[in-house]
Amino acid sequence: MLSTSDLACARGDRRLFSGLAFTLAPGGRLHVGGENGAGKTSLLRMLCGLSPPDAGEICWQGTPIGQLGDEYRQTVLYLGHHNALKDDLSALENLRTTAALAGVRVGDDAGVDLLRRAGLAGREDLPVRILSQGQKRRAALAHLLWSKAPLWILDEPFVALDAAAVNWLAGIIGRHVAEGGLAVLTSHQEVVIPGGVPQTLVLSQ
Amino acid sequence: MSAGLHGSLGTFAIFSAVVKRDLLLALRRKSEVLTSLFFFVIVVSLFPLGIGPEMALLRIIAPGVLWVAALLAAMLSLNRMFAADHADGTLEQMLLSPAPLGLLVTGKILAHWLVAGLPLVLIAPLLGLQYDLAPQALGVLVFSLLIGTPLLSLIGAIGAALTLGVRGGGVLLSLLTLPLYIPALIFGAGAVEADISGLGAGGHLSLLAALLALSVFFAPWATTAALRISLE
Repeated sequence: MLSTSDLACARGDRRLFSGLAFTLAPGGRLHVGGENGAGKTSLLRMLCGLSPPDAGEICWQGTPIGQLGDEYRQTVLYLGHHNALKDDLSALENLRTTAALAGVRVGDDAGVDLLRRAGLAGREDLPVRILSQGQKRRAALAHLLWSKAPLWILDEPFVALDAAAVNWLAGIIGRHVAEGGLAVLTSHQEVVIPGGVPQTLVLSQ
Repeated sequence: MSAGLHGSLGTFAIFSAVVKRDLLLALRRKSEVLTSLFFFVIVVSLFPLGIGPEMALLRIIAPGVLWVAALLAAMLSLNRMFAADHADGTLEQMLLSPAPLGLLVTGKILAHWLVAGLPLVLIAPLLGLQYDLAPQALGVLVFSLLIGTPLLSLIGAIGAALTLGVRGGGVLLSLLTLPLYIPALIFGAGAVEADISGLGAGGHLSLLAALLALSVFFAPWATTAALRISLE
């Protein structure tokens, strides 16, 4: 269970949001909305533990995430604006390295299989540099296929994807949540994710 | 989920994955690696050409020239240490790794040394010949660089992490790091000079090794702290 209380974020003198409180139970989905610059990415980075909140507290299972350390880092999967791919490595090498960083071993065959499921069949060994924007995004999203993390924090996951991939991704997120996982995501696109009504949170100054 | 496809990795396996990744990237981008090596070769070779065949003078300036050139060559590749990972988001994934960040940073520093430091050590005896150094002095030179270049990578990592995301970070990095390299320069070049003048290089090399031991312990920790601040 992820909960926040009285969360605030400031950038310089400007206060982006304050007094933010929500609780997300297992099987819950939170959509964070708001205009450009409202602080959506800042909030997501705080939830990951990448930046400390200016006020308030973020708790996982009732314990502040700062105290959990690597235990919390095993809990979180974060996909940001950047794809976190190395241009000079192939999709397969990228997948295996990212998995290794998260402490998960993915064999060659398993990696090829995962990339095929992400829609990159036959492109596993090409350097990511020459893939299209959408294909890069798919390579990055393959992360969701091997991750064991219960809490997914996804920043604009649907950007650059074609209609088929949007459906595929919505299905994966829906299944993750249906299996008791948690998902926090931002999206400017209207995407129907199967499985219940999400909680929504709109950030405004 | 794809159960059965994967097992868990230990901390050391994560460490070696970081080293392997950086070495593989260096292999794919050979030009970046060769730039600092060629820089080292050319700078060191320019001095004998400029000064002329004054063997006595060349022997005296050799340790200093080789060491200063090594410092500058190591500097050249420093700003790439974290900048690329920062730009493409892989650094964030490292921060979110269950393995301690200090260990991952150590892996990156080790890879940096293997790519940017070790080639300098290997080519140094060849360049030393241009300065008419005795075989024993060449040996001391190689040994001092072998202890000294990891020190350059370790100290440089702190500077690279501190200047991450700063505009004009490259120049700032040089201004920040070069003064910190002074002890390595003094003891490294001093070792070779001491050997040439017959005093024995042991004292200088011990001090250099002590500095290395100290920075192996502290530099990853300081780099980690700097990275966390830069990425907030």
